[in-house]
Amino acid sequence: MAGLTNSRRRGGGAGWLAAAPLLVVTLIAFGIPTVVLVVGAFSVKGGGFGFENLSATMREPYLGALWNSVTLSAVVAILGAVLGAFLAQAVLTSRSGLLREAVLTASGVLANFGGVPLAFIWIATLGNSGVVTAALGLGSGVLYNFWGLALVYLYFSVPLMVLVIAPALDGLKPQWREAALNNGASTWQFWRHVGIPVLGPALLGGAVLLFGGAFAAYATAAAMVGASVPLVTLQIADALTGNVLIGYENIALALSLDMIVIALLVMAVYLPLQKRSSRWLA
Amino acid sequence: MAGVTWRRLTLGVAAVYFLVPLAIAVWFTVYNESRGFSLGAYGRIVSAPGFGESLLKSLLLGAAVIVLVLLLALPALLAVRLGAPGLRPVLETITTLPLIVPPITYVVGIANALRGGTDALAATPFWQTLISIQDENFPVVLVLAYVMLALPFAYRSLDTGLRAVDVRTLVEAARNLGASWPYVLFRVILPNLRSAVAGASFLSLALVMGEYTIAALMGYRTFPVWIVTVSGNDGQLSVALSVLSLGLIWLLLLTLSGAGRKSK
Repeated sequence: MAGLTNSRRRGGGAGWLAAAPLLVVTLIAFGIPTVVLVVGAFSVKGGGFGFENLSATMREPYLGALWNSVTLSAVVAILGAVLGAFLAQAVLTSRSGLLREAVLTASGVLANFGGVPLAFIWIATLGNSGVVTAALGLGSGVLYNFWGLALVYLYFSVPLMVLVIAPALDGLKPQWREAALNNGASTWQFWRHVGIPVLGPALLGGAVLLFGGAFAAYATAAAMVGASVPLVTLQIADALTGNVLIGYENIALALSLDMIVIALLVMAVYLPLQKRSSRWLA
Repeated sequence: MAGVTWRRLTLGVAAVYFLVPLAIAVWFTVYNESRGFSLGAYGRIVSAPGFGESLLKSLLLGAAVIVLVLLLALPALLAVRLGAPGLRPVLETITTLPLIVPPITYVVGIANALRGGTDALAATPFWQTLISIQDENFPVVLVLAYVMLALPFAYRSLDTGLRAVDVRTLVEAARNLGASWPYVLFRVILPNLRSAVAGASFLSLALVMGEYTIAALMGYRTFPVWIVTVSGNDGQLSVALSVLSLGLIWLLLLTLSGAGRKSK
């Protein structure tokens, strides 16, 4: 026993040594760009520091884009979480092993499917000369707006939610439901007082992940809507590639800082919840 | 009975939403009103300029990212279990960073750091290093960025794998029998982690084969960037490439679950 505690104590220094490469690479690959970003966001024209860039991002046209990004991500997160949970529940309770396997595999594939290829597939379906657009006579512009973007983002968000929520739904023991029903509870009461509280952290955690995914998405939006739905990611890309007025270079950095702050606030909800829900998944 | 109805409705709506665009995409690539059925769009992928070059570049990047992620994450994760539990919060923080810093903001930071660094170090030997890590054929900056993005997935996969293994007993038994540290790592620990390592590798490779934002904004022609540039005005080709990239993800996932099953 004494030897074990001893080796544990000595292992401390060696442990940090084993982790040193990871820490050094993180410091270089993540630390330097982050510091440059923050310093740049506060650097003003003509030298010195100030809030000029950041306050510029709180005015039009940037504020509108930020607001669009946040509302789009929130819509995708809420719809994706609800629909994903319903789909997962429908699949898990169907008692068909084949269906379960197929949906979980497909979810794994689609949750990783994004970017420009996703946009192309939806443009072929619902774009101005898309197959469904023509078949239903929907006219042009169905896809190229806020709700079109939400529809496309759900294509990877719902499968991600299925993957996140499935283990939690599996952890919902059938005995709890039987006990509730035997005691005279209705299905609604079971969900209201047992199901949702147990699933709550996993649901909210999943919604936060979906928010993050939609908030960060750039390529799909760039290929689909271009400038017709202004999003903060599109404006950062414009600013970075020099597609803006001279003197606005640091706006990209300030907008990036805005995004990081928003993501931090949302993540602050998620991290404590992750710990709580992991208790039920154990 | 009500349960059956809502389940059927949910599954039906989901099937329409998820399968119709896929079916249309596949149909669109093989059928043309003027020419009828043809697999020509898929043939054009292979013959399109830059196909092999960009695919090879992305695969090389993927291999480098996998090796680096495993080399960085495994020793740290073993150390957490072998006597440095204080490391765990540090690792958890590192692996949540990419969730907080979206790729588009990350690339803004990298581009500005490189620009600033190249200006500041112009007169020193480090300048050459900065230039060489941005080499078009094998951009080390991109490898490092992807390692950071892949770390959360790799970390979680490896951590789950290690949970099923009694690392301390294995290591102490092997060390008592005279095994060296590299032997312990490669012949004792790794064989017990085959499916976790396969999982970490798959997720890293899927990330590299799909990441567009960082590569495109830094001007590197990786496979996902090539897909966009080559599509141009050829609608059929662009959708065929989308179907192909979806197939690629599916193939990777299949390989992964195959590897996971074999080790059981």
